[in-house]
Amino acid sequence: MKQTISVLVENRAGVLNRITGLFSRRAFNIDSLAVGVTDDPTVSRITIIVDSGNNVVEQVEKQLNKLIEVIKVRTLEENNLIGRELMILKVNANNKTRQDIMTICEIMGAKVADISPTSLTMELSDTPDRLDTFQSMMRPFSILEVARTGVIAVQKGGGKI
Amino acid sequence: MKVRATQAIMECLLEQEVDTVFGYPGGTILNLYDELYNYKDKIRHVLTAHEQGASHAADGYARSTGKVGVCFATSGPGATNLTTGIATAYMDSSPVVFITCNVSEDLLGKDSFQEVDITGIAMPITKATYLVRDPQTIPDIMRQAFAVAATGRPGPVLIDFLKNVTALNTMIDYEFIPWTQNRSTNSIRELAINHGLKAPEPDIGDINKLVDMIAQSERPLLICGGGVVRGRADQQFREFAEKLDAPVAITVMGGGGFPGAHPLTTGMIGMHGSQASNVACNECDLLIAVGCRFSDRVALQPDTFASQAKIVHIDIDRSEIDKNVLTDHHIIGSAKRVLELLNDRLPQYSHKEWKEHILPLRAEQPVEGGDKLTPGQVLDAIQKAVPHDTIVATDVGQHQMWSIQHFHFEYPGQLLTSGGFGTMGFGLGAAIGAKMGNPDKVVVHTTGDGCFRMNCHELATVQYYHLPIITVVFNNGTLGMVRQWQHLIYHEHYSQTTLDRGPDFVKLAQAYGLKGKRVTNRAEMEAALQEALSCGCGYVIDAQIDMDEMVRPMVAGGAHITDFLLK
Repeated sequence: MKQTISVLVENRAGVLNRITGLFSRRAFNIDSLAVGVTDDPTVSRITIIVDSGNNVVEQVEKQLNKLIEVIKVRTLEENNLIGRELMILKVNANNKTRQDIMTICEIMGAKVADISPTSLTMELSDTPDRLDTFQSMMRPFSILEVARTGVIAVQKGGGKI
Repeated sequence: MKVRATQAIMECLLEQEVDTVFGYPGGTILNLYDELYNYKDKIRHVLTAHEQGASHAADGYARSTGKVGVCFATSGPGATNLTTGIATAYMDSSPVVFITCNVSEDLLGKDSFQEVDITGIAMPITKATYLVRDPQTIPDIMRQAFAVAATGRPGPVLIDFLKNVTALNTMIDYEFIPWTQNRSTNSIRELAINHGLKAPEPDIGDINKLVDMIAQSERPLLICGGGVVRGRADQQFREFAEKLDAPVAITVMGGGGFPGAHPLTTGMIGMHGSQASNVACNECDLLIAVGCRFSDRVALQPDTFASQAKIVHIDIDRSEIDKNVLTDHHIIGSAKRVLELLNDRLPQYSHKEWKEHILPLRAEQPVEGGDKLTPGQVLDAIQKAVPHDTIVATDVGQHQMWSIQHFHFEYPGQLLTSGGFGTMGFGLGAAIGAKMGNPDKVVVHTTGDGCFRMNCHELATVQYYHLPIITVVFNNGTLGMVRQWQHLIYHEHYSQTTLDRGPDFVKLAQAYGLKGKRVTNRAEMEAALQEALSCGCGYVIDAQIDMDEMVRPMVAGGAHITDFLLK
């Protein structure tokens, strides 16, 4: 079962290493990980998705809490979070296929980021599921490159971690 | 006030009431040692033969005194030589601040001479690491490091100073704040808010629930773990055990947390646990483990561990709960505080029937007679010759298990042993640290011929500082514990465990300017001990025992706790 862990950490060198080191050391696998600074420049937010049972996630949370550089840890509930991921996807495109690709872009809400005589590069920010759908719709056109950021998430409503 | 950066480091040590440090100098840490020269009246530096010895000495000092140990080393190989010692301290939750210096900022990351990323290397074996690049942060970081090492579940911390940070012309703002007050400075207060540097106050609901569970129990068993020792909660634990009138099993790390000779003691539990402890564990209906992490040497088979019992875990570290064994109830807090609260609420119980069932099983094996020296005779002779408060430092293996099974430890810090990491070569360094911290006590170091050979160069330190440490080598000419496994499990394939080689340990002791004696029977052993106790210098007893001696009882790793391979 996929679970989303949101971690606030001190924004300095070596902290990310400590967090990921903890995962590998205890044989916890990371599905996706995204890091960025928060409104406070001394604090970063790390969003980690793990695909494991409840016991493992509970252990991860407790172990993360022990790290001096970690300020707060919270496992976000699946139905109570806003999670988004950004994807940049480049496909082969020519005069014949370009219009079909654009139709799918329109349906999915993707934006064209770059165009060339032989390719189209699109960006889409959405839930990971919808990115997967978009990616599979693009596959017939022959995908050249895909880059995904990993999910970032916050909880719904007025609360904060 | 403006002071030199190095001066601030020394003053910060004095803030923490540090008077002894262990270490070894080198190129990048020269500035620190130059400052130490100015502080030689206030801070005693113990120069060991090897950085590993210094790390174990600082650890042994911390374990035996309850204070934070301090250890210095230079960059590169000096720092990496500490790593075994850091990991040893980490696994046994011993508070030690390791201070290393690295190359200057302009050389950092360029594979410079004696450069290594020690904060990276030490990351998984410390509570925290600090790389100090700005001299002005020195006071804050020093104070944080000590606070982190000593509070909550204790453990090692590493501070790596860049050489330019310690340059002798670097001046910083500094004000002396004793540690009792500096815990309320801003940076530490922030740290405390996020990480609870104080032990969490136990939840009263959790306490009351355990009180109810105890009332319903007919066959309770207590486990005394390392947390009782680190938290110096021996008095509270004893009161708890006596009120509960329950048998007490002691883990390797719990040695000294509960009197070994107490009528409720069932002895060690786990792989080499006593019949009484292991059977009690299997038959109890309530198991209360205090400061114990259910390691694979205790909970050999987690699924069947204490299968008839409700398991209650008392620990200061929330992440230990349900890590190895699933529990029915837990209380988070320091052993001392939790037990105080419990003791206030508990009536006097009597579990006569249960005790009469379990306690007779602990009958200790009689010491063998005969001309051939046995481990039992060696230990019996030591126990009869030395004062009852003697500190025992062990290495790792058969002699370690025999020592812990045989001696009756009475107080926290009396037994120094590498239980978690199982570091061969730990004992002599730890004994040096213990003797430095407890000059009035007799310190005995028990070791095997394999372990002793690993760090015996620290005899130079024993000689130089005139430390009358008694080293007893259980010399069986083999790596006994590994041989035991090879005998029982590996079809007697004694692969690379026979140590039919030198040195002559008596001559080795003499070469270091110490005394020694080889003994082959009990009378010689007793005579050697008398000489060792009166000679006033380090003494090595080479006790010749048989290579096929085994540690009994034994349960194989992963097996059911009462499934004894050897009785």
